[in-house]
Amino acid sequence: MTFEITTQNLKVKAKAIRRSIFKTICNAGGGHLPTCLSMTDILTVLYYEVLCIDPKDIRNPERDRFILSKGHGGVALYAILADKGFFDERHLATHGKKGTILGGHPDMHKVPGVEASTGALGHGLSFGVGTALAARMDANPSRTFVLIGDGECQEGSIWEAALFAAQAKLDNLTVIIDHNKLQAMDKLDKIVGLGSLSEKWAAFGWSVTEIDGHDVDQIRETFKRLPIDKDRPGCIIAHTIKGKGISFMENVPIWHYRQPKPEEMKMACEELGLRLVEGIVQ
Amino acid sequence: MRNAYLSALHELAKNNADILAIISDNGAIVYDKFRADFPEQYINCGISEANMVGMSAGLSSYGKIPFAYTISNFLVYRAYEQIRNDVCLQNMNVKLVGTGVGFAYSSLGPTHHGTEDIAVMRCLPHLTVFSPADPLETKKVTLAAALIKGPVYIRLATGGTPPVYEKDYDFSVGKAVEIVPGKDLAILSTGSIVHEVLLAVKELREEGISARLINFHTIKPIDREMIVAAARATGRILVVEEQNINGGLAGAISEVLLEEGCGAVKFQRMGLNDTFAAGYGSYDDLKEMNMLSKTHIMTAARNMVRN
Repeated sequence: MTFEITTQNLKVKAKAIRRSIFKTICNAGGGHLPTCLSMTDILTVLYYEVLCIDPKDIRNPERDRFILSKGHGGVALYAILADKGFFDERHLATHGKKGTILGGHPDMHKVPGVEASTGALGHGLSFGVGTALAARMDANPSRTFVLIGDGECQEGSIWEAALFAAQAKLDNLTVIIDHNKLQAMDKLDKIVGLGSLSEKWAAFGWSVTEIDGHDVDQIRETFKRLPIDKDRPGCIIAHTIKGKGISFMENVPIWHYRQPKPEEMKMACEELGLRLVEGIVQ
Repeated sequence: MRNAYLSALHELAKNNADILAIISDNGAIVYDKFRADFPEQYINCGISEANMVGMSAGLSSYGKIPFAYTISNFLVYRAYEQIRNDVCLQNMNVKLVGTGVGFAYSSLGPTHHGTEDIAVMRCLPHLTVFSPADPLETKKVTLAAALIKGPVYIRLATGGTPPVYEKDYDFSVGKAVEIVPGKDLAILSTGSIVHEVLLAVKELREEGISARLINFHTIKPIDREMIVAAARATGRILVVEEQNINGGLAGAISEVLLEEGCGAVKFQRMGLNDTFAAGYGSYDDLKEMNMLSKTHIMTAARNMVRN
C-alpha cells in the first residue's frame, strides 16, 4: 500500500513511530527513550517525504544521506527503517539483546539503511561534510542531512565541521538541531548554556531557520525550501520537547536513560494507545 | 621521506581522480606541485584534525580515497576518537599520514614529537600500520597503502632522512626486511632510527660482533616468522625504536616471542624509558641525549653478547 503524503497521514505515522519506539525500548529493557521522542516528527517527515532513498536499492550512489549524529536516538531510526522495509520489523523486538543487529547505537555494517556508525557525540557532522563534499566533487545530486543534538553542540568538533562546511559553501548539506534544551544530567542552560544557537550558527556562516520541531506542516515547508540559501550550508533549529508524547516524561531531565516502572509503563501505554499485557508492551 | 611520500602521492593522484590529498594546514610549500597539478584533489581543511579525519571517513563512503596528512602528534592524539570510530570501526578506506614521528622535529619539543604513536595505533582493529625507514621505502608503503581497501596509517619522519637501502628490494606488506645478516644477536627496529642502527651494526662487525638488522616497515600486521627466526638463530633480541619502550615495536615483538614459545630469548628494549624525549637541538643531538645514538646502541649490543 502506498503512503499518501499529507500532513494528516504524517502525523498518524509519527504516532505509530512513537508507539514503535516505546514498545522497542520497554521490551528491550533499555534505551534512550525521550531523545527518540523529541526527534520523531522530524525523522518522520524526512523519511516519508524528503529523503530520496529506496529500501530496495540501499546502495544507490545518488541516494540522499541521513546521518544520525546523536546515535543514542538510534531506536527512532530503527523504528522508521523497519517500517519503511529496510529490514524486517521483527528485528525491533531483538533490540539490545544477544544476536541482534540493533544495538544501543546504530552500526552501518549491521543495519540496512544506516549510513554511519554513530554514538560518540560530535562525529556525524564531519562525516556529513565529507559526504556532501564528495557529492559535489562528483556532481552527484545526493544531499546530506545530519541530525545533531543541542547538547552535542558542546563538542568542539561540531564547530570545526561547521567552519569548514561554510568555507566550502556546502549548500547540499543540512543540519537539523534537535533543540530540546535538555542534556543527560539537567537542563542545558544549567550546565553549559549555548546562548543563541541561531546566532552562533549564523556567525559560523550558515543559513539558519528556526521551527517548531513538532509542527508537521512547518517541518514540511522548511524542507521544501532547501537549500535555504545558495552556496551556504543550512541549519534548521528545531525546537522540540524531550519525551514528546508521554506527558510525564516531557521536559523532565531524569528520564534521559531511566526506564519506566510498570505503573509508569501503563500510563504511557494509555497515552500512546498501546496495551500492556503481563508487563509486555503490545 | 616527505618528498618521497609526495612524489608517490602525485603518481597515485595522476592515475586515479579519487585519490585526495587532505591536509590540516600543514605541509605548506611541499604541497605546491600537487596543488598546482591536481587542484580538485587537494583540500586544506584548516587547523582542525578531528574534522579532517571525520570528513575523510565521509569522503571515503563515497568511494574517495583520502590521504589525510599532518604532524603525527596532532593527527594521532588529537583525532584519535575519529580515527577509531569513524575510520577503523567503519573500516573506511582512509589513509592517515603522520609526519615528524619519533623526535624527528627535534628542537620543536615534545608537543611536536610522536613517541607513542606505534602503541596507540597498532591496537586499532582493521588498521594497517606502516613505518618506513627511508625515502625508497616511503614510496613503496605509500603505493601499497593505495592498494589496501581499508584504513592505513603511514608514519613518516621528515625531510632529509638518509637512505638505508643500497639498492631496490622486493617489498611486501607485513614482511620485515633483513637488511644485514648476523648470528650473534638480532637488532629489530623501525622508522628513521634504522639508519642509526645500521651505522652501529657496521661498526660492531669491525669489533667481531655479527649483528642481524631487521627493519619492520610494517608494524601491523607484524612479521611473526621473521621474529621467531631471529630469536631461534641468535638467542638475543634487541629492539631499538624512537618510542616510549611501553607498547611500541618492542611490545609487539615481545607478544610474538611469548606466544611462539621463544620466551627464553635474551630480550632488551631501547627507546624512551617511560618519558618524553629530552632536550632541544638537532635530530642527532636528540638521539645522543635520549641514549639512542650509534654509540648507545653498540654498547647495548656488546653487553647483550658478552654478558
